[in-house]
Amino acid sequence: MSTTEERPIGFGRLKRKEDARFIRGQGRYVDDVQLPGMLHGAVLRSPYAHARIVSIDVSAAQQHPKVHAVLTGRDLDGLGLAWMPTLSMDTQAVLATDKVRFQGQEVAFVIADDRYAARDALELIDVDYEPLPVVVNARRALDADAPVIRDDLEGKADNRIFDWEAGDRAATDAVFARADVVVSEEMLYPRVHPAPMETCGAVADYDAVEGSLTLWSTTQAPHAHRTLFALVARLPEQKIRVIAPDIGGGFGNKVGIYPGYVCAVVGSIVTGRPVKWMEDRSENLMATSFARDYVMRGSIAATRDGRILAVRVDVIADHGAFNATAQPTKYPAGFFHVFTGSYELEAAHCAVTGVYTNKAPGGVAYACSFRVTEAVYLVERMVDLLARELDADPAQLRLANLIRPDRFPYEAKTGWVYDSGDYETALRKALEMAGYEQLRAEQAERRERGELMGIGLGFFTEAVGAGPRKHMDILGLGMADAAELRVHPTGKAQLGISVQTQGQGHETTFAQIVAQELGIPPEDVEVVHGDTDRTPFGLGTYGSRSTPVSGAAAAVVARKVRDKARVVASAMLEVSADDLEWERGRWFVRGDPDQGATIQEIAMAAHGTVELPKGVEAGLDSETVYDPPNLTFPFGAYLCVVDVDPGTGKVTVRRFVAVDDCGTRINPIIIEGQVHGGLADGVGMALMELIAFDEDGNCLGGSLMDYLIPTALEVPDWETGFTVTPSPHHPIGAKGIGESATVGSPPAIVNAVVDALRPYGVRHVDMPCTPSRVWEAMQGRGAPPQ
Amino acid sequence: MQVPPQFEYERATSIEQALELLARLGPEARLLAGGHSLLPMMKLRLAAPEHLIDIDPLADELGYVREQDGELRIGAMTRHRELLDSELLRRRAAIFADAERVIADPVVRNRGTIGGALCQADPAEDLSAVCAAVGARVVIRGRDGERVVVMPEFHRGPYETAVGEAEMVTEVRIPLSPGFGSAYEKVERRVGDWAVAAAGASVRMDDGEIARAGIALAAVGAGVTSAEAEAALAGRRPSEEAFAEAARLAVEHCSPVDDQRGSAEYKRHVAGELTRRALRRATARALREEG
Ligand SMILES: Cc1cc2nc3c(=O)[nH]c(=O)nc-3n(C[C@H](O)[C@H](O)[C@H](O)COP(=O)(O)OP(=O)(O)OC[C@H]3O[C@@H](n4cnc5c(N)ncnc54)[C@H](O)[C@@H]3O)c2cc1C
Repeated sequence: MSTTEERPIGFGRLKRKEDARFIRGQGRYVDDVQLPGMLHGAVLRSPYAHARIVSIDVSAAQQHPKVHAVLTGRDLDGLGLAWMPTLSMDTQAVLATDKVRFQGQEVAFVIADDRYAARDALELIDVDYEPLPVVVNARRALDADAPVIRDDLEGKADNRIFDWEAGDRAATDAVFARADVVVSEEMLYPRVHPAPMETCGAVADYDAVEGSLTLWSTTQAPHAHRTLFALVARLPEQKIRVIAPDIGGGFGNKVGIYPGYVCAVVGSIVTGRPVKWMEDRSENLMATSFARDYVMRGSIAATRDGRILAVRVDVIADHGAFNATAQPTKYPAGFFHVFTGSYELEAAHCAVTGVYTNKAPGGVAYACSFRVTEAVYLVERMVDLLARELDADPAQLRLANLIRPDRFPYEAKTGWVYDSGDYETALRKALEMAGYEQLRAEQAERRERGELMGIGLGFFTEAVGAGPRKHMDILGLGMADAAELRVHPTGKAQLGISVQTQGQGHETTFAQIVAQELGIPPEDVEVVHGDTDRTPFGLGTYGSRSTPVSGAAAAVVARKVRDKARVVASAMLEVSADDLEWERGRWFVRGDPDQGATIQEIAMAAHGTVELPKGVEAGLDSETVYDPPNLTFPFGAYLCVVDVDPGTGKVTVRRFVAVDDCGTRINPIIIEGQVHGGLADGVGMALMELIAFDEDGNCLGGSLMDYLIPTALEVPDWETGFTVTPSPHHPIGAKGIGESATVGSPPAIVNAVVDALRPYGVRHVDMPCTPSRVWEAMQGRGAPPQ
Repeated sequence: MQVPPQFEYERATSIEQALELLARLGPEARLLAGGHSLLPMMKLRLAAPEHLIDIDPLADELGYVREQDGELRIGAMTRHRELLDSELLRRRAAIFADAERVIADPVVRNRGTIGGALCQADPAEDLSAVCAAVGARVVIRGRDGERVVVMPEFHRGPYETAVGEAEMVTEVRIPLSPGFGSAYEKVERRVGDWAVAAAGASVRMDDGEIARAGIALAAVGAGVTSAEAEAALAGRRPSEEAFAEAARLAVEHCSPVDDQRGSAEYKRHVAGELTRRALRRATARALREEG
């Protein structure tokens, strides 16, 4: 018993296979790639947030003895590469030609013998800028007198990117008009940054003789990147090989293509040598894809006795200087329209306006599930505000309004069809684990003594696993993923997948999925990923889509192998395939269990000389492309207890209870790890993380001294629990778990902080709840962060 | 990886050699102690010394905490980690352990030194406030000998100290007396972060009265000691009113700025709050000492 628990065949607590190399320091990251003759690139970045480029003089840099080439926008223009398409069908400057539009924007690229020389030479480049008026506040971006940032776009006379809505405006207005109670609040989900431990970078190796390009890069989507390079650089796709070696964290930061990658490619073509570009920490924080930056005005309508009727939201979405977020084309605000949350509503409506500002581009990043993070924050704060207005207990209010289990599949008012859920059970479990009643009693006692203790709840419904091809694409590429399973003669297997791990443990869970289906040990399944030459096409890992999409593909392809094994077994055993039954790892003759063949025996036979029925090919190898019929909808109930020091405003997270339901659980160790990491993310966003700007557009979060990430000392011992409500449409019933905790934890923490400050009459505090900002709120001066 | 500009590297194996090199290489040379202030500045290209004189070989000679002639003596190369772990300091000047627990992180504390910290004189630096609060004196050595200066003289303002060209700090001296207690209080946004505001305090109790008080604030644009606040406590019995009065005076003489760490208003408020807390704890410790 204990052996299968430690070494499960299939699902269970299997230690991560990839950790053997990581804990020995044997991982191989992009910066570990060393090639003969390799040169190093460095990017010159704009010190201004908005300025016209009058002239660029690179002559002194070119004369540096170790410099091989200096590229500017003008050089790239000659190759048609000064601009590139973004994943949102906008364009983005690779190296600025006309003007710079955010501080940190790429202006020139130096290629030198080593990175020291490349960096030194940046200081020899003389750029003459003519500063322009700046807009960094999204609320100001649409003002008539705001400077127009994208005058490169034909006919563009303002900073509006898109207007988008979901739900039924008229129906929602009608419900609001007759509601007993309406509560509104403006809140900011501030700009934060994924800040993966490994920054972004690439090594480009162009072979002029073969006309082929090998690109090692920090990418969460190697296949999509290859296709884009083919389209942008006009290199034939079969001549491009994109390799994503070990990746030190992604969180959406590594979905997009950055100018540095393109410069490395051009640099290699120009110099005829491999070129490495690795950004430093400040570059990563200042210039690569940020997350959030949503100004939201939410309203919630309810009856006096506490039935929630409708929710409505108006959003100004700050996308920065180029619209470079990644999301399905149909959904410019991602999946924000799951803001209806986990509640039975009569109506809902949202209107989102995307705007350009003089800030770095990006948006969909930091484990946000395509803006579900912002949506869940909005609705969970609104429910708490409603509870306050009604003087109701926030747990009771939620219990009364959660979608009931018999309502699934549930069609939400903004069009989503939630696959499965048992919300009440999850919430009751969290309340029980936390000892909710006792906590409230303790809080009352402490309040008597002037102590500030807060209890915050958050309930979330995630929408992950994008997605059905007919609705979802990235730049026209449908969001289906392939899997390829080879079974060697000895019964060992190799699974090729299109998604790419950045720490999620794909090499373990995907082996377990195959193991579960074929009944062979997970050690016998080698998972290959992150190399376009060795894996089938697919869109990559982000938005918690690996298990819902690729995990399904892995199960389906394993079942194909199993079906084929049945045909081979029938030939081996000389019985009809219909007379064979499956048990873990073996086909046997119905009614005669001793007569059978294991997968290993069948694999050998499939490659051997057994005569196979007409039309059946030798071998067991199979492949599949999985097009998900729907998203999956993981959910969870979170409860946070905080203490606030009344003298300093400092918030301490005392306890955090997280009950997650991600359907079938493949590997609980990995699930817990994902939840722990996501909860720590949540503490970071709620309490300390912020990419701020001054009014001149200077980025104030450009180092880890300014951009704070939580440590083990800011987080409590996580108390995790789970329920299991399988997805009815997923082959193994699994949903995603990668972003649940990041999505679910910030509202629970902020709700707890606001609850703690109740004696001060505080209604709302925008994140991050730093000591100073909490104290200002206690003084009645709370304001959004700058 | 952030990379510094080019520099020449020298290694000093004695104090004399370090001073010799400083004199020979001139103003473009800098001592390198723990490197945890200087190297980040070089990597961010905020500093570009032409020569680094590594004094790590002096870590043995200048790495100590001892009691001598009624004083605590701390060598300039004593690491944060050693200050945190010192039994002697814990007993005689608990303010060091208070502060060290919240300075940076273990990696930085393993290398960073008290000499480097005081000479860096970052406006949010903690040990300057600690040393000022306990009335420390700093030994500065030049080729022609030593001078000993009190903290208000040593610490001239942000990034500015009394250390002249071709001089270095070798030791910090803290006067000891019976009935002495000290404490440090800091608000940070996250462990390892620089202070939003911090306050150090010490009191010498004599027959139930505060014979002498030391108060110093960090990160709020204050002078290195709060002389007015200190004077207000001298000769008084410890009480909440006395502490509040001292805190008010200390706050009056600081000029914090709005920044990412917090609003100026907040910093003013919290500097007062921390001053009161530090005085309470310092007094409790002194009374325990005395009793
Ligand atoms: C991530 C991080 C967080 C930090 N957090 C804090 C914090 O919360 N609070 C805090 O107070 N500090 C903090 N620090 C600073 C840390 O304490 C440094 O170690 C300290 O400020 C400098 O000590 P050092 O020995 O490393 O000095 P170095 O960096 O080697 O030198 C600093 C300066 O002092 C000069 N110098 C060094 N020794 C001498 C000497 N004996 N005589 C004359 N000049 C000398 C050098 O030439 C240089 O100019 C932090 C540092 C880091 C990297």
